[in-house]
Amino acid sequence: MGKNGGVSTLLVLVLMGLLFFSNPALCGDLDSFAGLEGTINIAGGTAHIPVMNDAAKAIMTYNPKIRITIEGGGSGIGVQKVGEGLVDIGNTGRPLSEDEISKYGLKSYPFALDGVAIVVHPDNPLTGLSAQQAKDVFAGTIANWKDVGGKDAPIHLFGRDEASGTREVFWEKLLKKGPVATATNIVPSNGAMKVAVSQDKDAIGYVSIGHVDQSIKALALDGVAATQENAMNGSYPVVRKLYMNTKGEPSKLVKAFIDYVMSSEGAEIVKKHGYIPLQTK
Amino acid sequence: MIATSVSAVTIFSILFLLVYFSSPLFTEGRIYEIFSLQWQPFGGKYGILPMCAASLCLSLSALVLAFPPAIGVCCLIYALAPRRVAQFFLSLIRFMTSIPTVVYGFVSVFLLVPRVRDCFDGGSGFSLLTATLTLSLLILPTIVLVFHARLEQLDPTLRLTSEAMGFTAVQQVRHVFIPAAGEGLVIAAVLGFARAIGDTLISLMLAGNAPQLPHSLFASVRTLTSHIALVLATDSRSMAYQSVFASGLILFLLAGAVNLLIRKAAKKSGRSPHA
Repeated sequence: MGKNGGVSTLLVLVLMGLLFFSNPALCGDLDSFAGLEGTINIAGGTAHIPVMNDAAKAIMTYNPKIRITIEGGGSGIGVQKVGEGLVDIGNTGRPLSEDEISKYGLKSYPFALDGVAIVVHPDNPLTGLSAQQAKDVFAGTIANWKDVGGKDAPIHLFGRDEASGTREVFWEKLLKKGPVATATNIVPSNGAMKVAVSQDKDAIGYVSIGHVDQSIKALALDGVAATQENAMNGSYPVVRKLYMNTKGEPSKLVKAFIDYVMSSEGAEIVKKHGYIPLQTK
Repeated sequence: MIATSVSAVTIFSILFLLVYFSSPLFTEGRIYEIFSLQWQPFGGKYGILPMCAASLCLSLSALVLAFPPAIGVCCLIYALAPRRVAQFFLSLIRFMTSIPTVVYGFVSVFLLVPRVRDCFDGGSGFSLLTATLTLSLLILPTIVLVFHARLEQLDPTLRLTSEAMGFTAVQQVRHVFIPAAGEGLVIAAVLGFARAIGDTLISLMLAGNAPQLPHSLFASVRTLTSHIALVLATDSRSMAYQSVFASGLILFLLAGAVNLLIRKAAKKSGRSPHA
């Protein structure tokens, strides 16, 4: 046992040395995990997953005695699972409702700002839509690309499921709670949306800006590009915060995780994945 | 005996729970809201009839598509093909049952969806048709194995007798074996249907999940099972969430009805079905 401990300490030291020399940005936000052990289970919003994965990797590399599991499921699942004590952290891409807070006694930690972008296939000639056009397209009143300046082809609508935080912010802030076409195909995650839109030249959908990559194209809205810079300076209106939620006060280990995500190292990870870190107190 | 009582208790407790959880809907008179044609949870409309229609449509179409080839394969294995070939087919079918549903779904998303979209020019490719094609592939082995098991139980003298009377192999199949194993056809169909209506992943990944009536083969539809999977993640005190229990109850009743059909078929033949 003791011998093992010595070996792993040595390993950690070697690893730390390696990390230190390979990546000067790592300064010591991980120190709070020294001597801790246990498991952190995380579930919920799919927009959070890239950030959670990287944070978990860094922490587990620093201290192998800590196990962190990460699942998706969407914001609704995040609230449910953390509320029922099945996971330690439930992620949501929307603020909790009064109902949810009082029912489960949850605490929220906003850590990043994220925009929601309208996305199309990269081969789609369109570069942007007006807010009104976007409303009409998603309501199904405009059903052909040529009516918004594209080619003559039917528009294939893709939306998110009822429990999605991405859907909620999109529907409230862009569609202004307007009608949504019944014929919209429903996909259950940001990843599934990306796959669907990247496969279909006539598709239109929406994903968290952090998920935008080469496989899909984000459209400008009223001439404002859907970028995180514009989300931050307020010119792109379809934005939301990403939250981690715990049931009551978090344990020491979980608190350390939350603090790490909000530390300057965490902020680097958040930025790397296309989100904007929120200034913490 | 013990196993039977355990499963009976389980089934009844599931039914009881479903009824219990759906009861607020009945007592508050909100059942009309559930049995309507519009699902717009953000506009206060919670109709699940489109999902019921989609479930029935999808499972029945998959059954119609899978049943004839499945019975054909059975006859090949049982009477028509040389022994080696028959063995090969049988192992292939058995292997098919072990492929996880998600693999069918995943492969279809990348292979079948674009083909359906390009060939038929009718929507996004996520449609009733796509889900039907994949689902029929999924239930085919079930139908084959159930009917084949029934054929295996036939009296071996039947074959000798019919051969002695000068029937060809094809005539034997048509006029002797299939009629003799008649109730096996019903049981195979019913179990195939049950497998189809209970499947969640195929419809969730391929049918498109739009809560509308299946008005065409290329329409995006949402089955009861997908509906449950999608809505389970919402706030558990919303009306939308309540509709999940009603969906579960309907699915359960459908499965029960199917079960009764099996029993009826078995009674008629004076045998107990082997599934």
